[in-house]
Amino acid sequence: MFEIVAFYLFSMLTIVMFSITVFTNNSLYALSSLAAGMIFISAFFFLLDADFLGAVQIVVYTGAVMALYAFGMMFFDALSTVKEKVNNPRLVFLLTGVCSLIIVLIFVAPIVGANIEAQYPMGLAAELHGTVDGNSQDVGIVLFTKYLVPFEIAAVMLLVAMIGGIILAGKKMDVSYSELSEEEIDALENEAAKKDEK
Amino acid sequence: MSLNAYLILSTVLFMIGMIGVIRRKNLLMLFFSTEIMLNAVNVGFAAVSKFHGDLTGQMFAFFIVAIAASEVAIGLGLLILWYKRNGTIDLDSLQSMKG
Repeated sequence: MFEIVAFYLFSMLTIVMFSITVFTNNSLYALSSLAAGMIFISAFFFLLDADFLGAVQIVVYTGAVMALYAFGMMFFDALSTVKEKVNNPRLVFLLTGVCSLIIVLIFVAPIVGANIEAQYPMGLAAELHGTVDGNSQDVGIVLFTKYLVPFEIAAVMLLVAMIGGIILAGKKMDVSYSELSEEEIDALENEAAKKDEK
Repeated sequence: MSLNAYLILSTVLFMIGMIGVIRRKNLLMLFFSTEIMLNAVNVGFAAVSKFHGDLTGQMFAFFIVAIAASEVAIGLGLLILWYKRNGTIDLDSLQSMKG
């Protein structure tokens, strides 16, 4: 009973929040409703016994990703309404048709995995060590045995992304390119190139 | 709740994200829509993981979260660079060759 009520409540909330994100013209509203939707999504993970994933969802998405967007939006004019002109409605129509065709194919395609057996069943830790600490321990056991190499690759990827982000966004932080004209920017870049040659 | 309920929810959220990707012309809004789509897929993975009793779905959801985080870092960096150059983050401004 509790699960059914929670499921319908949170699905309504997430759908409303994400719809606001998609349809609003104010980027600040879009950002805050997206953050709210992320928090509500984590409720599904808790309902699905994926406690660790729910915590990661809150920490990484609402903590890190949303904060990153919020800081990134300081560079753009956040308060003005986003004006968008769709000057080719036929293209939108075509894309929508193709997308719906793909969705239909996904649903109609035969379910291949109907008799899959669980390779890493839930409750692994209880089986191996006799402890009942729940989801995070199971996740740890599987993540650091079978998925150790992908885990390390993901760590390297995050490091690369961090360095890339710093280099891309931190270039010439002391000079505001948006206040300069095209010629002034070219002059600045020529100066930098000369300095590099020296 | 059955697996179907969660998968239908996941599909609805994915559709919302896809409408955003098709409709939006502002690059920041486009990023938001892709985040919605990634989250929808995560819900689907967690549901399959629970109803099959297999942890692999949750593992894939973790890696999707990691990929989303790095995508945001790189994408936002490029977006800031583009905004400094052109003063706009409209999708049409990326089109430099008039064909």
